[in-house]
Amino acid sequence: MIYNFFYSITGSLLIADIIQSLLPLFIFILPFALFAVWLERKVSAHMQDRLGPMRVGSHGWLQTIADIMKLVQKEDIVATENDKPLFNIAPVLVFVGTYAAFAAIPFSSAYIGSNIDLGIFFIIAVSGFVVAGILMAGWSSNNKYSLLGAMRSAAQIISYEIPTILVIITIIMITGTLNLNTLSEMQTGHFWNWMILGGPQLGIVKFLLIPFMIIGFVIIYISTLAEVNRTPFDIPEAESELVSGYHTEYTGMKFAMFFLAEYANMFAVSAIVTVLFFGGYQSPIGYLGNLLHLKWLIPIEQLFWFTTKGIFFVFVQMWLRWTLPRLRVDQLMAACWKYLIPIAFVNLIIIGLITLL
Amino acid sequence: MREYLNNIWTALVTIMIGMKVTFKHLFVPAVTIQYPDVKPQLPERERNRLYVNMDDCIGCDQCARACPVDCISIETVKAIPGEDLGKTSNDKRKALWVTKFDIDFAKCCYCQLCVFPCPTECIYMTDVYEFSEFERENLLYDFVTLTPEEREEKKKNYAQFEAQKAAEKAAKAAASNKPAENKGQ
Repeated sequence: MIYNFFYSITGSLLIADIIQSLLPLFIFILPFALFAVWLERKVSAHMQDRLGPMRVGSHGWLQTIADIMKLVQKEDIVATENDKPLFNIAPVLVFVGTYAAFAAIPFSSAYIGSNIDLGIFFIIAVSGFVVAGILMAGWSSNNKYSLLGAMRSAAQIISYEIPTILVIITIIMITGTLNLNTLSEMQTGHFWNWMILGGPQLGIVKFLLIPFMIIGFVIIYISTLAEVNRTPFDIPEAESELVSGYHTEYTGMKFAMFFLAEYANMFAVSAIVTVLFFGGYQSPIGYLGNLLHLKWLIPIEQLFWFTTKGIFFVFVQMWLRWTLPRLRVDQLMAACWKYLIPIAFVNLIIIGLITLL
Repeated sequence: MREYLNNIWTALVTIMIGMKVTFKHLFVPAVTIQYPDVKPQLPERERNRLYVNMDDCIGCDQCARACPVDCISIETVKAIPGEDLGKTSNDKRKALWVTKFDIDFAKCCYCQLCVFPCPTECIYMTDVYEFSEFERENLLYDFVTLTPEEREEKKKNYAQFEAQKAAEKAAKAAASNKPAENKGQ
């Protein structure tokens, strides 16, 4: 819809394409990353009875803007022993993997970057770029800590992709679609139509599904947390062990790109959880636009609900980060292979049997 | 199997307990003091920068002698007769011009040992603790209230007085010697 709007304004498919593809970056990812970094610092500070940034703007709300201004001005250091082509491509690749995922995320019924039928499949496939980028960053840095961080990251992300995909498959089995927009549209109405509460259909199946949906949600939340390398699964960039993991050698804007990718990724996985389990952009309590008969208000409300849900899950990620200590490598692997994957498989089978009813 | 399920249960419950604790702390007022805007409440007997009230100083040098790091240096000049230096607040007569009273706060160890010997209680600790400087020389504090010219003048006056006294003495001696010399002749 937004695409048609830009096409009618500019009269050129190419310009409409470019505007459409840059929209989430400048309207959403950059402001969100700035806000999320500030939120992270504030949440961590208040959880430790501190105040956090207070100097730049009221309660430090301009702090991250000041930080990014500083990072832009910083010297871009490339050490002589670095593998320069790989070293320069790695941050871009990490960011591309994250950014491409936003193409298939439905922000509201009026705006979805690309309404492809393989939406969720596309997102999972394209997140593979992140692993490649992290490995490249670790290898080309020629630094033992970077390489250790990258190896750990690759092991972790590949392991945790399995439970994530198993839970996504359970959702696909129930809904029968990979298209995230259709998936969101199915959960319309009120919050009892969300997948976490058994989906839109009524009857005994809905109530049988609820406990298994909650198990599925917990599994996908834990495993996506591990996929974005957040505490308690932050062993790839464990500060106390590995300096800062795969981005130890990066400075200036390249470092900022890793940072931006991390925060964009946090929102991307929160958005996936939201779409799969919490109704995507659907309002839990009905629309004001329907009440006032203002059709144009509904997409804006949908965008509001989508970002609210997304930011809530990002907040829970931060909350977990400042609550739990970091896992050991063996604990990390045990949590994935001994707990999450078997439970996800059992969950998959049980939900399969229920859907046969 | 029992242990397996128990592990899952413990993990979930302990994570919930931890999250409850951190969530409560989200609403606990912060203990941070916004320092330059809000000053912390210091204890009553805190030891900070020294101050010397020169109106009461009698130049007795006891504080300089008590100082374990020799950061106080005092020079005094006797007053010549006829000069009235006034009295201290506890009725001690001042008899010396203090021409130098320097405290080097780069050396000072804030032990407060100089405060107790003072007979007139004119050297004491204040509550000022923000006096960092870019140059170390700026930490050398001069407490004397006299201007440099006045100090020179007091020194010169005393030297003149001494010279005069010496001259008088010499003259007296010469006067008392002369008759003896005469006698001897």
